[in-house]
Amino acid sequence: MKNILTTSNLNIGYKSKKTVVTIAENLNLNLSSGKLISLIGANGIGKSTLLRTITGIQHPLSGNVYLNDINISTYKPLDLAQNLSLVLTEKLPPSNLSVFELVALGRQPYTNWVGTLTDTDIEKVQEALRLTQIENLAHKKHYEISDGQLQKVLIARALAQDTPLIILDEPTTHLDLLHKVSLFKLLKKLTQETQKCILFSTHDIDLAIQLSDEMIIMTPENVVQDEPCNLISNGSFASLFKDEHIIFDGEKGKFIVT
Amino acid sequence: MANKKRNTILFVVLSLGLLLMFFASISLGSVTIPLKDVFESLTGGHATKSAWEYIIINYRLPKAITAVLVGTGLSISGLLMQTLFRNPLAGPYVLGLSSGASLGVAFVILGAGFLPSFLRVIALSSYGIVIASTFGSTLVLLLVLVVSQRLRDTMAILIVGLMFGSFTTAIVSVLTYFSTAEQLQKFTFWSMGSLGNLSWSTILILTFCVGIGLLLSAKSIKPLNALLLGENYAKSMGLNFKQARLIIIFATSILSGSITAFAGPIAFVGLAVPHIAKLVFQTSNHTILFWSTLFFGSIIMLFCDIVSQMPGFDVTLPINAITSIIGAPVVIWLLVRKRNFR
Repeated sequence: MKNILTTSNLNIGYKSKKTVVTIAENLNLNLSSGKLISLIGANGIGKSTLLRTITGIQHPLSGNVYLNDINISTYKPLDLAQNLSLVLTEKLPPSNLSVFELVALGRQPYTNWVGTLTDTDIEKVQEALRLTQIENLAHKKHYEISDGQLQKVLIARALAQDTPLIILDEPTTHLDLLHKVSLFKLLKKLTQETQKCILFSTHDIDLAIQLSDEMIIMTPENVVQDEPCNLISNGSFASLFKDEHIIFDGEKGKFIVT
Repeated sequence: MANKKRNTILFVVLSLGLLLMFFASISLGSVTIPLKDVFESLTGGHATKSAWEYIIINYRLPKAITAVLVGTGLSISGLLMQTLFRNPLAGPYVLGLSSGASLGVAFVILGAGFLPSFLRVIALSSYGIVIASTFGSTLVLLLVLVVSQRLRDTMAILIVGLMFGSFTTAIVSVLTYFSTAEQLQKFTFWSMGSLGNLSWSTILILTFCVGIGLLLSAKSIKPLNALLLGENYAKSMGLNFKQARLIIIFATSILSGSITAFAGPIAFVGLAVPHIAKLVFQTSNHTILFWSTLFFGSIIMLFCDIVSQMPGFDVTLPINAITSIIGAPVVIWLLVRKRNFR
């Protein structure tokens, strides 16, 4: 098991001209290969800021993010793209892209100046389609398929990018329970079969507890990373929501409304 | 794959279509010239009448070449803008680039009266007009870009383009009060668009400008494909977004600026042609779209040119009117069939 991304004494937040807004301090996170790691926290707690910071889009207030033991701020865009791929929540702009073409765009960090696909590239794309079980969709246009299928296509695109780390921002929003579970299981399978590290943010805490190898919980007080069973036994979930009507039942491993 | 075969056939058809249109554009016109003499003149031989030879070499051939340059340049600049702004309605005319260029030219032609006489000569030379026009279109494009950065709403960008069009019309009508009849006539003729007024030396300048624009566009094919997934995905795939955007903007400015300067503001070609290419080839892959837009642009422009001076007519209709008559319905049809707006 290899450390892929680590943070050391990381402080995240926003800097404007006069004020510094700190969102979380002193983060020492560790993402290692073959692990499915979920990031949870209430709305507005700063999950997106954390993801933006560890993907190098936003600068930390202080501290460092290391990707493969190299400071992420020193990566060139192309090198970063070969080590880290993203699945975002934003809607895709209108286009005529087929599923195959969309997944093949993941090969951009490796292709020549016009983006010609070599045999290796096509192989990687086909492997990504196979791993996500969407080979039958390959020639459909991306606007013809369902939300659940599109999410798989975007994951396949990230797989084709062939990076040791994949980060997904709320991949299960807009999906029904059945598709949520199948997506979580797919992510789990991918970490086991490819030894990649997958980090994703989610609001589906019950499912995340059951399927993640590790969880990162963000609360106003602190940010903790551990295995789900340890987090349950030390009561970390209890402080997640500041509301007397929501209580965490440690035995069942789920939240209950009183 | 079936798609590949289909594309090859389409490109062969398009190449033949282009050759045919090019030849038709040279053969047809108000003066009837026998086909044999057209061939003779083009291949360096002598036509039966030297006047025919003169018409072919110094009037029709430059006009056909201008049509090809204008058609490809405007269409490619429309293709780049549609992807960059993620807006199917983007194009050099709709986004106000042509208006910006018009404003620049209006200032030079109509406002020349305010300049001291030695500057007036420089400003009214073809170089002065090109520079003013390119400057105007670049200015509008930068303005559109600033707006597009502040407002994520793509509709707002179109409205800015429209507003700039009204603004130009207003400024121009103010300027007309202070200009002579001669200046006004010059500007009006320019604004109706014309492919026929270019000498060989100006064609050389235009070829150079369009060539640079097309080279930069070809260099942008891969970034444009990445941008099909949006700015953030493109960045995550290693795209240097700022640099890519700068190249795309420069390419569109030089294409639409230089073309508008020489041929006047030509409407709808830049907007409609990329859509026709997308519709026919059913793809968003810019490697294919680049070439297909190039072909369709020149074929359609040559066609418009033939229509503008139908054989048997003594007059030449303004090219801008023809492209609008053909282009505007295409755009409305596209809007109605919204599913194809991709």
